[in-house]
Amino acid sequence: MQLRPEEEINLIDHGFMASRAKLLDIAAFLDRIERSGQARDYRVDALCEAIKLLDQPGALRARRILEALSDPSQGPIPEAHTKDAAGAYQGPAS
Amino acid sequence: MNYIEPHAHMISRTTDDYLSMATAGCRAISEPAFWAGYDRSSEKGFYDYFSHLTGFEPKRAASFGIQHYSWMCINPKEAEDIGLADAVLALIPEFLAKPTCLGVGEIGLNKNSRNELLVLEKHIQLAADYDQLILVHTPHLEDKLKGTKLIVDAIRNHPAIKPERVIIDHVEEHTVGVVKDAGFWAGMTLYPESKLSANRAIDIIEQYGSDRLWMNCACDWGVSDPLATPKAALEMRRRGHSEATVHRVFYENPKAFMGQCDKFQIRSHA
Ligand SMILES: [Zn+2]
Repeated sequence: MQLRPEEEINLIDHGFMASRAKLLDIAAFLDRIERSGQARDYRVDALCEAIKLLDQPGALRARRILEALSDPSQGPIPEAHTKDAAGAYQGPAS
Repeated sequence: MNYIEPHAHMISRTTDDYLSMATAGCRAISEPAFWAGYDRSSEKGFYDYFSHLTGFEPKRAASFGIQHYSWMCINPKEAEDIGLADAVLALIPEFLAKPTCLGVGEIGLNKNSRNELLVLEKHIQLAADYDQLILVHTPHLEDKLKGTKLIVDAIRNHPAIKPERVIIDHVEEHTVGVVKDAGFWAGMTLYPESKLSANRAIDIIEQYGSDRLWMNCACDWGVSDPLATPKAALEMRRRGHSEATVHRVFYENPKAFMGQCDKFQIRSHA
């Protein structure tokens, strides 16, 4: 059941500048790691793949990006060797 | 505005944070048991932690006019050692009986391992045996989607657990539907980088409605903001939502879920 705000506001006025700033931060991050020769990393590859999903209509971009960055396997892993998560899926632990 | 902070690790916060939260209108805090940032050397470390959560922390909160409640468990980050987990599980019933303990939490998964799942199932059985509410932590980042599905299945597989007595926390756009469609409550955590921003959490409310949802700051010893919850309420007003809707999300909803435990009572100030 959807919940609409009682008062309709201009969401472009509300969110454009913040989104513009975040987009420039992503661009500058990619420039920075390319200049420093550090761009070859599975997390960066995953980020660049996920960025392509911004172009997909259907108002499911955030969900699709989260899914693209998720472990697609099913069932528990035999043992946890770390407590940490990286933000992108590297593939099954070897 | 009065609000309830349903997930905060105040053991790792200062009195300045209590003061800020009280000033922003916080009336009650619920604090699930979690990882300390290091593995405890034995179950005795958990005994002391649970004693702190049910003894000293409610007193600290009360000095700022805030009621403090807690949840007991061994968290999934320390669940790889089954022997330790069993020893901690044996301690928990004593603390479930404390006047400010609301139930079992935050249980769940971290890396989605077999032992984590086994210890999760033991906690679900404990909650069933003692008729307790359950607060669930879902894994981080790339592990969240798979872990949320495993958790939902594990709880649904237990015939004695009613989904309306379980909140599955830290949902995001890809997991909120999995949780809500199964009849559970869903928690949304507001973090500066991982988990949700205020605007994404409000988007989720606009798409899924305000039933069986709450927002929390989950502030701890990491980068987190103890005022993230009232700031999200402010953002909801900026997005055109009424005071009644804001009150429902930030006060009535956590009160309704936690109020399923008789111990949860918000005192009205004279
Ligand atoms: Zn937590």
